[in-house]
Amino acid sequence: MLLPKSWTDQRIEVTVGHLLRTGVMLSAAVVLTGAGIFLYRHGTSRVDYRVFQGEPADLRSVGGILRFAAGFHGRGIIQLGLLLLIATPVARVAFSIFGFAEEKDYWYVGFTSIVFAILLYSLFASA
Amino acid sequence: MNVLEFSLLLCASSLVAGLLGALTGLGGGVVLVPLLTILFKVDIRYAVGASLVSVIATSSGAASAYVKEGFSNIRIGMFLEIATTLGALFGAAIATRVSSHAIAIVFGLVLLFSAYFSRKPRSQADRDAPPDRIATWLRLNGSFPGSTGLSKYHVQNVPLGWGLMLIAGILSGLLGIGSGAMKVLAMDQAMKIPFKVSTTTSNFMIGVTAAASAGVYLNRGYVDPGLAMPVMLGVLAGSLIGAKILVKAHPKGLRLVFSLVIVLLAIEMLYNGISGRI
Repeated sequence: MLLPKSWTDQRIEVTVGHLLRTGVMLSAAVVLTGAGIFLYRHGTSRVDYRVFQGEPADLRSVGGILRFAAGFHGRGIIQLGLLLLIATPVARVAFSIFGFAEEKDYWYVGFTSIVFAILLYSLFASA
Repeated sequence: MNVLEFSLLLCASSLVAGLLGALTGLGGGVVLVPLLTILFKVDIRYAVGASLVSVIATSSGAASAYVKEGFSNIRIGMFLEIATTLGALFGAAIATRVSSHAIAIVFGLVLLFSAYFSRKPRSQADRDAPPDRIATWLRLNGSFPGSTGLSKYHVQNVPLGWGLMLIAGILSGLLGIGSGAMKVLAMDQAMKIPFKVSTTTSNFMIGVTAAASAGVYLNRGYVDPGLAMPVMLGVLAGSLIGAKILVKAHPKGLRLVFSLVIVLLAIEMLYNGISGRI
């Protein structure tokens, strides 16, 4: 990737803004695809969300969602879209680490890495 | 009601919530959980999971519009995100342990605070304050494009602001909201950051904060695809339409109406929480 020589804060922000928007639009498209399959197959089933039962294991973990979505299950594809959505701010934080490193601002590389670690913990290890 | 009818009705309601949230600047997230629990009789934990993903969508979707204005300060945002994400993890962890009545009561109180905050006149930040030692060391001070060129600002009370952000994070993780009002309060009132910088930086932080708790909700099985799908798509569409209609000014009349809706929802949440209906 070709990089501009100096990264100002404003430049990082504009790039990050586009990254976020792309992530959201991509995830919305995936959710919409899953919604089509889900509603086509289960549109006439009855609804019950009154009592919390928890989701099956396949819809809880990153690995489970990927496997379930690969089987073209509507709910799995929706969940994959939601996972992409949750990953979007995480990607933004990862990109900021890189931006601060380009600026040689190592304190902020450290702060941003802490936030990144918290997000990774939440996504992969908080079960 | 079958799944198709439920999804369409929920998507339409979420669209209205997202639209009003964007038009009034109060955010749609704060009304989503009451909408789901009171109107659609959804278990509050499913509702919080669906609301969190919608909050990420609106915050991230609006970000590229905000950054073009050049107001947000990523150093302030990133430094304070350590507090909000830690708080969000903690909030999400306690959400699985406390009763749904307690969550409903806290929710009602936070809604009342949001309505009050939206009516409160903005204090003029103390612009003549000398640079704060911690803020200078952290390189938090900045400038923003004002009517007379670039105006500089000096960030104050960093530890207090950080503490308030921790609370904002906890509330976000517990209730599935963006906690935008609380974040703006911490930056604008406590840290004396100009209002415009505070609101745009807050929007930037909301997505990251919500992502920290959304991971926990997902892993614990609180994110239901059938429920989150119509809510997320509806809110996102509503907020994008809202942002197109109106970029800057927030009409006063609409703001008043939306504040009243929030107060009514707050009373309903408190009543349901105390009487044990939620």
